[in-house]
Amino acid sequence: MDLAIIVGLDVISGIASLVLISAGLAVIFGMMKIINLAHGEFLMLGAYATVLSVSAGVNIWFAMLVIAPVFVGLVGVIVERCLIQFLYGRLVDTMLATWGLSLVIVGATTMIFGNTIVGVSSPLGGFQVGAYQSSLYTPFLALMAVFLMTAVFGVMRYTRAGLIARAVMQNPEMAATLGVNPARVYMATFGAGAAMSGLAGGLLAPVAGVVPTMGAAYIAKAFITVVGGGTSLLWGLISASGLFGFINQIAAFLTTPVFGEVILFIAAVVLIRLLPTGIAGRFFKGRL
Amino acid sequence: MTLSRRKFIRTSAIGGAALAAPSLIGSVARAQDGPIKLGSLHDLAGPLAATGEPMVYAIMLAVEEINAAGGLLGREVELINYDTQSNIQLYSQYAQQLAVRDKVDVIHGGITSASREAIRPIFSRFRTLYFYNTLYEGGVCDRNTFNTGTTPAQTVEKLVPYAMNLWGKKAYIIAADYNYGQITAKWMRKYVEDNGGEVLSTDFFPLDVTNFGPSISRIQAAGPDLLLSAMVGGNHTAFYRQWAAAGLKDEIPIASTTFGLVNEPATLEDTESTGVLGSYGYFEELQTPASQAFVKAIKDRHGAQTPYVSELAAASYEGVHLWAEGVKKAGSVDRMEVIEALETGLSFDGPSGQVVVDPKTHHVTRNTFLAEVENRAWNVLETFEQQQPLDTAAVCDLEANPNDTTHYIIDI
Repeated sequence: MDLAIIVGLDVISGIASLVLISAGLAVIFGMMKIINLAHGEFLMLGAYATVLSVSAGVNIWFAMLVIAPVFVGLVGVIVERCLIQFLYGRLVDTMLATWGLSLVIVGATTMIFGNTIVGVSSPLGGFQVGAYQSSLYTPFLALMAVFLMTAVFGVMRYTRAGLIARAVMQNPEMAATLGVNPARVYMATFGAGAAMSGLAGGLLAPVAGVVPTMGAAYIAKAFITVVGGGTSLLWGLISASGLFGFINQIAAFLTTPVFGEVILFIAAVVLIRLLPTGIAGRFFKGRL
Repeated sequence: MTLSRRKFIRTSAIGGAALAAPSLIGSVARAQDGPIKLGSLHDLAGPLAATGEPMVYAIMLAVEEINAAGGLLGREVELINYDTQSNIQLYSQYAQQLAVRDKVDVIHGGITSASREAIRPIFSRFRTLYFYNTLYEGGVCDRNTFNTGTTPAQTVEKLVPYAMNLWGKKAYIIAADYNYGQITAKWMRKYVEDNGGEVLSTDFFPLDVTNFGPSISRIQAAGPDLLLSAMVGGNHTAFYRQWAAAGLKDEIPIASTTFGLVNEPATLEDTESTGVLGSYGYFEELQTPASQAFVKAIKDRHGAQTPYVSELAAASYEGVHLWAEGVKKAGSVDRMEVIEALETGLSFDGPSGQVVVDPKTHHVTRNTFLAEVENRAWNVLETFEQQQPLDTAAVCDLEANPNDTTHYIIDI
């Protein structure tokens, strides 16, 4: 029984971390059709912003929840203005450009901060379930994932900004004739996506080994989640994270970590074969 | 530029001849005057940069000291270092360049076992003496190669019984999923069983695993007395964080063969690392005069940003000096004469103590140490004097088979 609770928590934590690491990518890819291969590096920048702020004496919660997303959001806006805005509608070119960008970011971070592991320790303690122990940080991550999804839903569904963003994504020409400046909306959306990646990076900093190359460990899973989820931003992300997080964690618990990863990727391949448009393309068509 | 068929044939023929020539005339044309050349192949960029950097610093220091003492055989030693950028392909390329174009007299280098196995055959082919100065899984048996790092019989064999005496008989092994981790896990199992213990389970982790939640639950469900870790790299550092975050650090202690090789005690919080046991051929914190002088010399030259000076740096430094002793004794830089001189069992007193070449295996007999992390640094608890490379000795005898070049996977 205790073990079931602990494993259940592992599953929730697996799902929550998939939601967090994929959300920024889902916004940028799902809404703008930009394949951002520098997504992992945005996470890394968020983690670095957190670690450096904490070692400069900033409160860890403020560093994770405010500094990391704001900083990476600004980086996102700069990247959009200097690079992405010239490449809309050119899928392959954006892949090449963002891949180059990821190399630049990794190289620059290595030059400035060195190729060593940095980090902060987890701010919350552990708790006991019968004979087992787990970290309080796990439920906190789950709460943050729920909060992030609720916020995205609220903004997209109930605010004017969300309405305009959805309109531009559906039909930029039509939106422009109605007096919206699509360039500005794209910029804001890219910035928001980057900020979400920064938040995820900040939240992961206490439970990850923070190095300039850490993005590589997350990007594959983020892409699988977004592609598996399909075009619907919110329901696609939640359903794919739920499915893959569950499979990954249960498989890793029952077999070995190696098979946990293998089974996850096999499941993703099968899913894409059966549902080429993703889970949402089949079940949540047209929903947010 | 247009390239006709004839022109192509002509240029490639000339190129081919140019490539082939050095190996034909190499031994004759090798200059007797000018500096003695020491080649170095280490990663200074990419994921292994933090590992390679102190190794290169140590080699630079050794060369500087040799030159300050008047060089070797009246000639200066020149260091030619190539940055292999954590890329195996560059290892092969630069190894050929060092052997064929630069015609160096000896090469020190290679960090991972994969990089060593990429370049070792190249140096055999081009008859260039090679030193591998990294701790590794043991078993290289090659007369052209000298291995100055520790092997499991020198370290794991000490670590496992010490940890079991402290904490109990039931062990759980976690290791990185590539040849080093796989082989080290076998050695751990062997030493646990030799000491009357039991291995509950062994888990291997690919290098890009970042979420250790399910594995931590598995370990708790198994309920071991201690955890033996051979985890590698930045992502795996997260294991220690997540382990501590779950409050398990004080419940199930950890002994590791890799923890601290880069700078884990300094980068993890004190609460996450205190109490971890490790065993290596050298620790920066060793308080002997030779060790303090060595660390001070490196830090004076490279400042506070210098990564941790680990066994890898000490063994590189000792490797260069051992080679210099060989050259002095042989009175020549000729490969075979230096090998024969080293095979007389030459020794050097380095920062870790006395290091003696073992003629049968081309490994070294050296001191090893056992230490515990305390306040983000290692506290050396025990010294084991003059440990022999018994694991490799079980499969390798270069006196009986001088033409052997195998990397034996030691059957445990």
